[in-house]
Amino acid sequence: MSQTSNISSVQKTAQPDIEDMRKMHVVVVGHVDHGKSTFVGRLLHDTDSLPNGKLEQVRKNCAAEGMEFEYAFLLDALLEEQEQNITIDTTRIFFRTTKRAYAIIDAPGHKEFLKNMVTGAASASAALLLIDANEGVMDQSRRHAFLLSLLGVKQLVVLVNKMDLIKHDQSTYEKIKVEYTAFLKSLGLTAVHFIPIAAKHGENVVQRSDKMSWWKGPTVAEALDNFNHEDDLTGLPLRMPVSDIYRFDHRRIIAGRVEAGAIRPGDELIFQPGGRRSTVRTFEDWPGPSREVAGTGDSANFSLSEQIFVERGQVAAHPNQQPRVGREFRARIFWLGKEPLQQNKTYRLRLLTQNVEAVIAKIEKITDASSLESIEASTVPRDTICEVIVRATRPIAFDLHSECAITGRFAIEDKGRINGGGIILDSITEKASGEGKVTAAERTARAGHSPAVIWFTGLSGSGKSTIAELVERRLFDAGKKVFRVDGDDLRTALNRDLGFSAADRAESVRRASAVAGLFANAGHIALVTLIAPLAADRAKARAALANHAFIEVFVDAPLEVCESRDVKGLYAKARRGEIPEFTGISSPYEAPEAPEVHIRTDKLSTTQAVDLVINALDKILESKAEDWEV
Amino acid sequence: MSRNAQNDHLTRLEQTSIHIFREAFANFRSVCMPWSMGKDSNVLIWLARKAFCGKIPFPLLHIDTTYEFPEMYEFREKAKEIHGIDLIVRINEDAIRRGIGYATHDPVTVTHELKTVPLKAAIDEFKWDALVTGIRRDEDPTRAKERWFSPRSAEGVWDYKDQPPEFWGQFASTAPEGGHVRVQPLLEWTELDIWEYIRREKIPNPTLYFARNGKRFRSLGCHPITHPVDSPASNIDEVIEELKLTRVSERAGRAQDHVGRNSMQALRAKGFM
Repeated sequence: MSQTSNISSVQKTAQPDIEDMRKMHVVVVGHVDHGKSTFVGRLLHDTDSLPNGKLEQVRKNCAAEGMEFEYAFLLDALLEEQEQNITIDTTRIFFRTTKRAYAIIDAPGHKEFLKNMVTGAASASAALLLIDANEGVMDQSRRHAFLLSLLGVKQLVVLVNKMDLIKHDQSTYEKIKVEYTAFLKSLGLTAVHFIPIAAKHGENVVQRSDKMSWWKGPTVAEALDNFNHEDDLTGLPLRMPVSDIYRFDHRRIIAGRVEAGAIRPGDELIFQPGGRRSTVRTFEDWPGPSREVAGTGDSANFSLSEQIFVERGQVAAHPNQQPRVGREFRARIFWLGKEPLQQNKTYRLRLLTQNVEAVIAKIEKITDASSLESIEASTVPRDTICEVIVRATRPIAFDLHSECAITGRFAIEDKGRINGGGIILDSITEKASGEGKVTAAERTARAGHSPAVIWFTGLSGSGKSTIAELVERRLFDAGKKVFRVDGDDLRTALNRDLGFSAADRAESVRRASAVAGLFANAGHIALVTLIAPLAADRAKARAALANHAFIEVFVDAPLEVCESRDVKGLYAKARRGEIPEFTGISSPYEAPEAPEVHIRTDKLSTTQAVDLVINALDKILESKAEDWEV
Repeated sequence: MSRNAQNDHLTRLEQTSIHIFREAFANFRSVCMPWSMGKDSNVLIWLARKAFCGKIPFPLLHIDTTYEFPEMYEFREKAKEIHGIDLIVRINEDAIRRGIGYATHDPVTVTHELKTVPLKAAIDEFKWDALVTGIRRDEDPTRAKERWFSPRSAEGVWDYKDQPPEFWGQFASTAPEGGHVRVQPLLEWTELDIWEYIRREKIPNPTLYFARNGKRFRSLGCHPITHPVDSPASNIDEVIEELKLTRVSERAGRAQDHVGRNSMQALRAKGFM
C-alpha cells in the first residue's frame, strides 16, 4: 500500500483489523542511556498498545517505592532491571498500526550485553538507532551501526532523541546528522531519515511535535509504516539445508527449511557436499493434501524418486545453480566469547544445518568497531570485529555473503556455546599438500566421514553377505570409502591354515578383526561378514576395534529357514556328517545379547534390513563427527 | 495461489515452528513435550504432527495437579485417542500426602509442589535433554526474554542474565551438564494467532474456552485458582472478535501470577514453565 508520510496510520484501538498480518521485526539500538526503553515505552503508550491497568500498575509501584515514574519501567518488568536501570536482555514487544503488526526488539545498550543486541538485530528487518541530542554520537552509536551492517540490517532510521534538553535546536540536530551520516557511509549504510524526537514527552513519536515546526519529515510511527519487509528470497537459487531424514514408516522423507528459492515435485536436486542427485517425487504433508510448491521460509518434507544417501547438513540445490563446496574461506567475524578468539584454535562452525570442526587458520585484521581502525593484537578480544581465514576439517557447502546472505554466514561455537558469527567474503582454493605424517584426522577429512567397522554375525545362510553387499553398494554410491571383509574370502587365503576347532575359530575372528582394523585405519568403513559363533570371540574383536565406531549386526533367521535356503549346500553336507563342527548343526551359535542392529531376515525385506544398518551407521558417524580432531 | 510462509502470516508462524521442532528432534538425544491440554499445548501437538508427517515421535507428559477441571480429564482421553499420543502422566503423590493443596497453602507453594517438583522428578526419571513448551513472548514480561532454545541447569534454573546468543537460525544445541533445553516453538505467536490458527486448522480444544452464562476461561490452570472472565464469546469466531478488542491481559485469571509483584519471576527462575 502507498502511505503518504504525513498521515499516521496508528489507530486508537488495541488490536484493529490490519492490512498486513506479517509481523515486522524492528530492533531498537543505541548508546546506553540514550533513551531506548523510554522511547519504546512511549511508543506503546501512544499507540494505545498497553494492557489495561499496566500503566497504572507501574505508576503505583513507582509511587510505593518513592520513585519518579518513567516510561522505561513499562518494559523493565524484571525487578533487578529496575534496580540497575538498564535493560538486560532482548525483549520483544508487540504492537500494531492499521498497516501491520510489529515486534519491537528492545536491545540493550550496555557494552557487555552485545550478544543480546546481536540476537535481537539478527532477526530484524529494520532498525531504529537512538542518539542523545545532548551527548551526540558516542562509542556504541558507532559500534551498533557496524554490527547492523554486518548483520545485514539495511533499513535504518536514526532518532535524535532528547531534543527537549537542547531546546529543540535545529543546528545541533543538523550537526549530529552530518557527522553520523559520514560514519554510516563508511560502513555502506544510509539512514532513511534522521527524526528529531523527545521520547519522554512523545514528541514526533506518534504525535507530531509543535515545538519543532522546522521538521517536515515523518513521525517515527509513519517511518515505521514505510519500512519494507525483508527481501523475499523466493527468486534466488534454491538453498534447502537438510534438517533430517525421517523413516517413521515405509516412507523415507527428506525434511528441511527452504532458505532461498523454491522446490517443486519433479525438480532434480543435487545434495552438497557429496554431489548425489535425485528427483523430488512428492511432498509428504500431513494431514494433506500435499502442497505443490515449497517456497522461501517453508519447512519442506518430500520423498525422492531414486533413493540416494542424504544426511543432515547437506544443502539441496538445483544442479545448474549450486553452492560452492570447499574447506577454506575468508570471513569477517564478530566475536562475543568471554575468551578471545585465537589463531590455530579449533572451533565448531555452524552454517545452516552443517556443523563441522574448523580452525581459525589466520587472523588477518582486527578492527575497532567504533573507530573502524585496525588494532594490533594476536588474539581477538570480546566484542570485536576481525577478518580471518577459516579452514574446516571437511568440505562444506556455502555461498559468498555477497551472493546469497543466508548461506554466506555462519556461527562459531566454542565448548558448546555460540560465541561469534561471521560472513563469508571469499572462498579459497585448497592447497594439495600437508606436512609430516599423514594423520587419521586428515584421512577422515579427505574421506568426508569417520571410519567404522560393521560386523555381521549369524548362521550360515542367514543372509550376512547378501545384506553386507547391499550396504556396501549403498555406501559406495554415496561416495563413502567402504570395503567388505568376507569370511569365506579370508578362508581361501589368509586363513588357509585354520580349521573349525574352537581355537581355530577364535584365531579366525582375531585375524578378521585385525584386517578390519587396517581398513578402518586407512579411513574405510569395513564390513565384516563372519559367523563368529562365540560371544567371547566377538567381545574380543569389539575390544580390539575400540578405537573405531563399531556396529554389531545380528543377522538372524531361524535354523530351519537357513537350512532351507542352504545356498552353498553346506547344511546338507553337515547333516550327512561330511562337515564336522558345523555351526547350528554340530557346533553351538551363541546369539548376541545386545547387538547394535538385530535383523530378522525371515521377517524383513532386504531393503528394510539395509535401512536399519544404514540408520545405525548414520547415527554413530554423526556422533563420531563430534570427536574429530585436527 | 496456495498459502506459504511468504504470503500468509499464520503459515509463516506455522512453518517456523515446524522448523524449530525438527531442529530440536535432530539435535537432542531425548525429547519430551509437556502437555497442559490448554489451547497453546494443543496447537503444539498439531504442529508436531505436521513436523513429523502425522505421528509425534516422542512422548507427551501431563503433570496432573489433581486440580484440573473435570472436563480437562475427559478432553485428555479424547485428544490422546485423536492424535495417537504416547502419554506419560505424573502426580506428586508425596506432596498430596503431606496435605499440600489450595485449601491450606498459597498458590505459589502449590504450583511449585504440584507442578515444578514432579516435572523435575520426571526429567530425572526419563533423562530428557529437551522439553518442548508452549511459551509465547506476549504472555508475560518474563517470557518476552525467552529464546527459541533456552538452556536450564540441572536444578531447572533459568539463567536469564547470561543467555546464549541466538541468531541466523543457530540455537543452543547442547544441554548443560545434567540440565535440559527448553524448546519453544510458539515464541513468536500471540494469543490471537493461536485462536486464528485453531479456527483455520480445526484443532480440537476444551469447550471451557467458550462462554457459558456470560463467562469463559481465557487461560486454563488449576480450578481453585483459575477464574473465568466476563465474556459473551461462545464460539471461536466470537473469541477472535473479542481478542481483537480486549485490553485485559490473558493471564489475568491466573491467581499464582499476581501474588506478589515478582511472583511469576520467582516461579520461573525455579523451573516453572
